Amino acid sequence: MKTGIYPGCSLTGSARDYNESVFALAEAFDLEFAQIPDWNCCGATAAHNLNKELSLALPARILALAEQNGLDEIIVPCAACYSRLVVTQNELKKNPELKNRVIEILEMDYRGTSGILNVIEWIDKYIIPKLDEKIVKPFNYKVACYYGCLLVRPDKVLNYDRAEDPQTMDIVMSKIGADPVYYPYKTECCGAGLSISRTDIVSKLSGKIIEDAEHRGADAIIVACPMCHSNLDMRRSDINKYWGTEYKIPVLFITQAIGLAIGLSSEKVGLKRHFVEVKIS
Amino acid sequence: MSHSEHHIEINSLAYSIEKSVEVTAQKCYQCGKCSAGCPVADEMDLPPSMVLRLLQTEDLANDEKVLRSHSIWLCVTCEMCLSRCPMEIDIPSMMDFLRQKSRSEKKVNPKAKNIIAFHKSFLNSIRFTGRLYELGLILDYKRQSLNMTQDISLAPKMISRGKLHLFPDMIKGKAQMARIFKKTSK
Repeated sequence: MKTGIYPGCSLTGSARDYNESVFALAEAFDLEFAQIPDWNCCGATAAHNLNKELSLALPARILALAEQNGLDEIIVPCAACYSRLVVTQNELKKNPELKNRVIEILEMDYRGTSGILNVIEWIDKYIIPKLDEKIVKPFNYKVACYYGCLLVRPDKVLNYDRAEDPQTMDIVMSKIGADPVYYPYKTECCGAGLSISRTDIVSKLSGKIIEDAEHRGADAIIVACPMCHSNLDMRRSDINKYWGTEYKIPVLFITQAIGLAIGLSSEKVGLKRHFVEVKIS
Repeated sequence: MSHSEHHIEINSLAYSIEKSVEVTAQKCYQCGKCSAGCPVADEMDLPPSMVLRLLQTEDLANDEKVLRSHSIWLCVTCEMCLSRCPMEIDIPSMMDFLRQKSRSEKKVNPKAKNIIAFHKSFLNSIRFTGRLYELGLILDYKRQSLNMTQDISLAPKMISRGKLHLFPDMIKGKAQMARIFKKTSK
C-alpha cells in the first residue's frame, strides 16, 4: 500500500500551521507519505461556481497524477479539497461520458482508483492503533468539535460520518483525554469562500459558531479544515468587531491537539502562527 | 389531471436544469427545510425553497427573477439543504448551474459583483501558476473590486506568521493548466 498526500494550496500558505502539525504527527508515528508530484489547486468554490467542466478537470488532474505515481490512497487534510476530490471521483464514476470528456481535456489517463482519506480517516487508520502508548500529556480540556460543511457533506457522496451530529472527531478527541461538549453548531457553515468578498457574512456566521462554543464552556474549538480555521482564527478581530464581543477561545486543528498530547511542543505543531493566542500547551 | 407524467415546458428554466444537471424542481413540496437550514437565507432575496417554487411555475418572468437574483451568488454551497431535503433535491448542483447560466446570459445581479470578482481573481491566480497565490489573489481582487482598504492590516500579520507567500509557487505543468483552462472555457 503506497500512501500519498495532497496538501492543497492553503497548507502551503495560510494554513502552514496545519501542515506542520500533520507532518509532525507523521514523523512521530513513523508514517510515510509521498507528496503528489506537481499537484495543482483543486479549483475550490470558485471553479464550481463559475465553470463545471473546470471544476471536474482540476481535481481529476490531481487524481490522475496520483495514479501515475502508483499511489493507492491519498490523504487530503483540507476538508474543502477532500470534498472536491471525492465529488469529482464520484461524478466521473457515474457518468462515463463526462469521464471521457475530462480525459480529453487533461490528455492524461484517469481511472478513478485512488482511495481518498480525510484527516480523521488517516488518524483512525494509522495513528489511533499506536496512540495510547504515546500519550504523555492527556489533552484534559473541554472541546467543541467543529466539523463545518465539507468534511461531512454532501453526506451521500462522501459517505463518511453522519450528516447531523457527526461523531468521528469527538471520538478521536475523547481518546486523547478531552471532554467534547454537546455542540449543535458543529456542522453549521462558517461562511467559507465569502471570507474576502463578504467579510460581513463570514463574521456573522463564524461569530455564532464561536458564541455557542463559549456558551457551552469549551476551552477550545477543534477543527479539521483550513477554511474553517482561517475564518474562526484569522478573522477573529472582524468577528469581535461585528458582534461587539471579545471572544478569546482558541481554535486548534485536531492534529495540533494530538501533537500536544504526545508531547510535541507548541512551535512544532504550529501553534505560534495562530492569530488568537493559544494558552494551551 | 394525470400525475403519471408531468410535462415540462421546454422553454423553461426548470427544463434546462433537468436536462443539464438532472435536478427536478417539480419534486419540491415546499416543506421549507432548505430555507430553515440555509446559513445565508436571511441575506437572500429568494431563499432556496422560494427559488424552487418560482421554477415550478415554469413561467418566463419567474425564471428571469431567479437568474437575476442575489441569492444564487450568496449560496455558499455548504450542502446543508441537500442533506436535509426529504426529496433529495440537489439544490447545490442546481445553484452551480444557475450561476453559470446567469453569467452566460449576462443577468448577474449587480450586488454580486464582488463575489464574482473574487471567484475570477481566484481562477486567474491558478490559471497562470497552477496553485493559489494568495497575495496575487488579494491584489487582483482589489483591482477588480476597487476595494483598496479592506484587509490592509491582515497581510502584514500573515507575513509575520509565515502565512503568506511573497512569490508564487509555480507548478511544472503550466502549459497543461493553460490548456485545461482553454478547453473548458466556453
